Amino acid sequence: MRIFDPHIHMTSRTTDDYERMAAAGVRAVVEPAFWLGQPRTSAATFVDYFDSLIGWEPFRAGQFGVRHHATVALNPKEANDPRCHPVLDLLPRYLDKDGVVAVGEIGYDSMTPAEDAAFAAQLALAVGHDLPALVHTPHRDKARGVERSLAVVTESGIDPGRVLVDHLNEVTVKLVRDTGCWLGFSIYPDTKMTPGRMVELLKTYGTERMLVNSAADWGRSDPLLTRATGEALLLAGFTDDDVDRVLWRNPVEFYGQSGRLDLGDLDAPAATFAGNSILRGGE
Amino acid sequence: MTPDRLRAALRGVPDPRWLDAALRRVRTEPAAITRLFPAAARHCGRGPLPDLPGWTVDEAARALLLAALPADHAATTAEALYRYGDAAEKRAVLRALPLLPIGAACVPLLHDAIRTNDTRLVAAALGPYARHLEQAAWRQAVLKCVFTGVPLAVVDDLDGRADAELAAMLAALAAERHAAGRAMPADATDLLDRLGAGSDLTTAREA
Ligand SMILES: [Zn+2]
Repeated sequence: MRIFDPHIHMTSRTTDDYERMAAAGVRAVVEPAFWLGQPRTSAATFVDYFDSLIGWEPFRAGQFGVRHHATVALNPKEANDPRCHPVLDLLPRYLDKDGVVAVGEIGYDSMTPAEDAAFAAQLALAVGHDLPALVHTPHRDKARGVERSLAVVTESGIDPGRVLVDHLNEVTVKLVRDTGCWLGFSIYPDTKMTPGRMVELLKTYGTERMLVNSAADWGRSDPLLTRATGEALLLAGFTDDDVDRVLWRNPVEFYGQSGRLDLGDLDAPAATFAGNSILRGGE
Repeated sequence: MTPDRLRAALRGVPDPRWLDAALRRVRTEPAAITRLFPAAARHCGRGPLPDLPGWTVDEAARALLLAALPADHAATTAEALYRYGDAAEKRAVLRALPLLPIGAACVPLLHDAIRTNDTRLVAAALGPYARHLEQAAWRQAVLKCVFTGVPLAVVDDLDGRADAELAAMLAALAAERHAAGRAMPADATDLLDRLGAGSDLTTAREA
């Protein structure tokens, strides 16, 4: 089973996770820029974060043969902090990078006017840089958040086929299914989705434009739930080809629209020297 | 290495017109390099360059772009592109430094690269431009290569520059490795031999 996790925050995970993910079949990931738990107080700290998403993190992933790409954005939560607004001016530099395959996560947290402004501005950046967009949907007041997000997407003029609306569930899937947008589902313990519920959704709505991710981060989460979902799908009678479509070809097709997804030589040895410093621990 | 050799080695790129246009533009409008530099790999490729072993297509294309800058822009632009570059862009800047009319102005970039844990950056910092690196920092960088498994073949002028102090540092590492029951890389024990410090390290090499 080859797995592309289209939404996982590896910055918050350990090197052991990479090792376990690789062993479970995860061969590519996309890491969206997001909220780190601790509020940031200046744009400069985002620069270091974004640099890590296109520098250190792909190198760390490469040690285990995992291909790492990123999406870059000012996340909705911190869009509410005026100290973080200058981040919007820093984004164009990062949206030119090879490893950046979309603008994201953008969208709503509490649906404030500041979030409206950041969301619209960043959809415009996606259009301007010819990149897809990853839209986070809020945890609270989710259905209205999804409706409002879709309205902003429509207003921006971005092609819905270049938008991934994420963290959907049984209720919100209905709102997005016929919009032409791609649909993301986060398999996440306690909140969001479970493998069993995901199986039912795929039975009902089919596999087209459907993506499954672990959204693993600093919360109680599990980077192997993509694999668990693939196994649950097989047990429920889905074919290997169905599973490959959901867990590999769909994310490849969505992020491939950036023209920057680099999955060549995935079987070649990691682009580094044998016996490198990570496998051996820091100094 | 010279820009002419890089240009000749790049004659097979898939989109030669993009590269030619980019080079012309950088000559007359230096600020344009900010967007052309990250885009170079997408237009030219990332694979190894058959005519120039040790170079990749993107490194060579980006080094050419830097070399095309007007001389008075070279140091500040190299610094900015490194500062805001992803790992591949940083590597290309480091590879380009010996081609640029900048004297020792960009030595701080070498220090930054050597501090990282990205072995590809450490290796790229030890090319010909490292002649501007002070000896103590150079020794530490070579030792870091041995420690992290970077082949010493990446170090420019290794034998010309290796000294007794480096031999002592390598011998101490060999002793630690021996005590831990772990091997030294063969290229490091060979270097110790050449430095005349290998004779009492036979046991370390056998470990
Ligand atoms: Zn997320």
